[in-house]
Amino acid sequence: MAPQGKPTVVVIGNGMVGYKFCEKLLAKSTHFNLVVFGEEPRVAYDRVHLSEYFGGKTADDLLMAPHQWYLDNGITMHLGDAVQEIDRASQTVHARSGLVQPYDYLVLATGSSAFVPDIPGVEKAGVMVYRTIEDLEEIKAAAATARHGAVLGGGLLGLEAAKALLDLGVAETHVIEFAPRLMPRQIDAAGSAMLQSKLEALGLQIHLSKATSHIGGEGRIDALHFGDGSILEVDMLVISAGIRPRDELAKLAGLEVGMRGGIVVNDTMQTSDPHIFAIGECALHAGMIYGLVAPGYDMAEVVASQLTQGARAFTGFDMSSKLKLIGVDVASFGDPFIAEPHSRSIVFEDAHSGVYKRINLSPDGKQLLGGVLIGDADAYSMLLQTAVNKLALPPHPEDLILGARGSEGESSASVLNLPDEALVCSCEAVTKGAICAAVTELNVTSVEAMKKCNKAGTGCGGCVPLVKDLINGTLTAQGAYIKNVLCEHFDYSRQELFDLLKINNLRTYDAALDHYGRGDGCEVCKPAVGSILAGLWNDLIVKQNVIQDTNDRYLANIQKGGSYSVVPRIAGGEVSPEQLMVIGRVAQKYGLYTKITGGQRIDMFGAHVSDLPDIWEELINAGFESGHAYGKSLRTVKSCVGSTWCRYGLHDSVSLAIEIENRYKGIRSPHKLKSGVSGCVRECAEAQAKDFGIIATEKGWNLYVCGNGGSKPQHAQLLATDIDKETLVKYLDRFLMFYIKTADPLTRTAVWLNKMEGGLAYLKNVVINDSLGIAADLEAEMALLIQHYHCEWKEVVENPELRKQFTHFVNAPQVKDPTMEFAEMRGQKKVVAW
Amino acid sequence: METLTEVTWLPVCKTTDIPADGGACVLVEGQQVAIFNFARRGEWYATQNLCPHKQQMALARGLLGSAGEACEPKVACPFHKRTFSLLTGECLNGDECAIQTYPIKVEGDDVYIGWL
Ligand SMILES: Cc1cc2nc3c(=O)[nH]c(=O)nc-3n(C[C@H](O)[C@H](O)[C@H](O)COP(=O)(O)OP(=O)(O)OC[C@H]3O[C@@H](n4cnc5c(N)ncnc54)[C@H](O)[C@@H]3O)c2cc1C
Ligand code: SF4
Ligand code: SF4
Ligand code: FES
Repeated sequence: MAPQGKPTVVVIGNGMVGYKFCEKLLAKSTHFNLVVFGEEPRVAYDRVHLSEYFGGKTADDLLMAPHQWYLDNGITMHLGDAVQEIDRASQTVHARSGLVQPYDYLVLATGSSAFVPDIPGVEKAGVMVYRTIEDLEEIKAAAATARHGAVLGGGLLGLEAAKALLDLGVAETHVIEFAPRLMPRQIDAAGSAMLQSKLEALGLQIHLSKATSHIGGEGRIDALHFGDGSILEVDMLVISAGIRPRDELAKLAGLEVGMRGGIVVNDTMQTSDPHIFAIGECALHAGMIYGLVAPGYDMAEVVASQLTQGARAFTGFDMSSKLKLIGVDVASFGDPFIAEPHSRSIVFEDAHSGVYKRINLSPDGKQLLGGVLIGDADAYSMLLQTAVNKLALPPHPEDLILGARGSEGESSASVLNLPDEALVCSCEAVTKGAICAAVTELNVTSVEAMKKCNKAGTGCGGCVPLVKDLINGTLTAQGAYIKNVLCEHFDYSRQELFDLLKINNLRTYDAALDHYGRGDGCEVCKPAVGSILAGLWNDLIVKQNVIQDTNDRYLANIQKGGSYSVVPRIAGGEVSPEQLMVIGRVAQKYGLYTKITGGQRIDMFGAHVSDLPDIWEELINAGFESGHAYGKSLRTVKSCVGSTWCRYGLHDSVSLAIEIENRYKGIRSPHKLKSGVSGCVRECAEAQAKDFGIIATEKGWNLYVCGNGGSKPQHAQLLATDIDKETLVKYLDRFLMFYIKTADPLTRTAVWLNKMEGGLAYLKNVVINDSLGIAADLEAEMALLIQHYHCEWKEVVENPELRKQFTHFVNAPQVKDPTMEFAEMRGQKKVVAW
Repeated sequence: METLTEVTWLPVCKTTDIPADGGACVLVEGQQVAIFNFARRGEWYATQNLCPHKQQMALARGLLGSAGEACEPKVACPFHKRTFSLLTGECLNGDECAIQTYPIKVEGDDVYIGWL
């Protein structure tokens, strides 16, 4: 029973908006007895980022708040229990479990379900929707065996689903759209065309103006049949044809619902029964259903305010959207379609790089009304703000999409020009004023800290770049000089030091410290300078071994327990039976554990430091070289088997991989480099997850850069299309050298690009158009590094002085580290933990 | 360095066994001791070889450096970069317990440590 005097608020639906309502109500008052019914088996999770479930996030990662949060806040939860009836007369709800729960106020947050059109055959196995974690589990299972998949619906969600199928490895993924273009509700025709060609380049097959007449197959889908008589064979179908508000409960209870669905609400989100509210995707406000989280959160705020004597009302919401995860930037804001005579538009189109931008101005050119961005949506947040806040436009409005030419820093200055009331994070309703105040008053200086402070950027994430600009802009305005220095011993960034050492021809760490540093150095600047020196001169790394991280010092990766691993280079992953036998014999002789690495080579673990030179001597005599697995340098160029064996292969990916790996082997870089070459868009070598990846096309090769696996995966981005091998190598030389020269220490290419002002467009300009006029230098510098390649292990093996350093006890070279202990597992050895 | 308790000086290695501005490990009475030749400062140090963080026999393979205005000499463990003062043995960037330091002296090209 409800505690004395506390009114009972019952919430039906524990989705994103239902959860947000609980959070907002609790923040205003705890003088309520909160009871929540959720039909799904788990507490609310982040549906917006649902696709990340395929990318490795677990259901727990996606939760809006852990289960414990509800308990800690005294909320009574009924999960997996749907409400079946509302009895308005007795003010009670009746759940499937038989539970009867009285309410003083009832909040309907039942969301929507995927709309499934009435096509004969939709009930067949293999036909799915994209809405809940359970749906995704089903899709994942189906994708594991499917070869041909299709998505019905070329809207925002459909494209996200299609990209997910592609990423799940469905070899052929089709998008079927009824309208003559993609995303007809968000972007204009020219934008759709550009989007289509970019998606096709990613490997999606797109069919427009297609009406599906029925779904074929005996019990299980095997084909789609279209109105025009054509047939498409598929093993699975994901339907994404829109959403249908879940108003069935409301309808049953006699509440007013819209003709095409949705629970009718007024400006205070009240339904036709004043004790009952509806929020989120189930609510119909002024004839509109809002299928986005931000307006849903705003509705939650309105009801929380109404219940606590506030006066907030809902007055409609901007439907701007930025699409993520499909590998192509897509955004639309304000009114994307408005045209002459009500507006004049400025359009920028670059078919080569696949960028389309359109902005619509008021006829007098003073205001921004809306627009579409395809291929490059960096300007999205700022443009949205400009439109929503009716900011004055620059004298040349085209600068908004072309970027201010000339004077630097203009873009961050304009961020600060936003009015304080400007809503930066619309999901969490955080204003520009609040963000700047957090910086000046609470000393919040990072996006992560800002998320903790006021939740800005935690919803759809679209505003994160703007939040970052605001933080940096405010800090700069405060006079905080954000200088990027190596460590307490050097007042220079890596890039500055790189140039200084080069110009002054300094070749040792001590010389660098004497000229430009102070103190005796440390574990940060020593390896960083080591990497710069290697990037400049490619001298033998062991000559200055005391400044290297231990892996570079002993030319092997230190492992748990203090043993080292041995990884010979196996370029492109190609290895002969004879070479395999050599590796096998060496591993057997020295008692090493062997494992195939993720980079298509063989790792031998558990070597004593004193055995390293002997092991390498045998490997080198058999023709192997160091694999540089220990260095911040090129690891491997993974390859698929390519046209020599694969029936889909367009070119010989293995030969190219071997050539590229041998070209860049041993070169030291700010962080490790990984690469891959695939023989066709099926992408078996996962080249788009690499620092640089190459994929064969009909006409040549596509070059992707700055991708990354690791803890924060990021897809590589397309730098150049359909180029021949000579051009490819030229671009790679420039790209890699530019990275080696300008990245901060221990910064992978993905992060380097993320931080680069101007982003991919800038990088393209430098690498392809030589906008800085340094291309020839970059190529020459790379040539020097390549020319100075040496197998480090060969040098050590042949040099008794260097060899001597590979002992555990210098006063007892024949004694091995007695604390190192091994045990057996599956017939091989493993380290015993202390 | 002033030592209060009586120590026994044990010869452990030659100066040439330890790389300049680096370290190496010696076996003393069945124990692993890290010897550092901080050539840039003209100083020698000796500590236990075991890093208290994850019990790795690794400090001798660490990077030498200095910290702060006072240029306190330190060594960074190669495993997870915990740093320890070479003077006091204290951990400078975490709450690991302090490491044992030993008195050390060089005579001619012989290195001795003071065994406690
Ligand atoms: C793949 C995907 C990507 C998306 N991307 C974006 C995006 O980028 N940006 C954006 O703004 N929006 C996006 N959306 C939309 C966004 O997720 C929704 O707007 C938001 O989840 C709506 O929240 P809600 O609480 O109203 O509904 P829901 O999250 O659907 O929650 C409703 C809950 O109520 C439960 N329920 C229904 N009836 C009952 C009952 N009778 N008893 C008990 N429980 C019941 C349901 O099971 C459900 O758990 C995306 C949606 C999907 C599916
Ligand atoms: S990526 Fe390579 S192995 Fe995979 S299908 Fe294409 S050519 Fe064949
Ligand atoms: S994923 Fe983690 S545990 Fe596995 S090898 Fe890499 S660092 Fe080690
Ligand atoms: S083991 Fe030394 S820092 Fe972790």
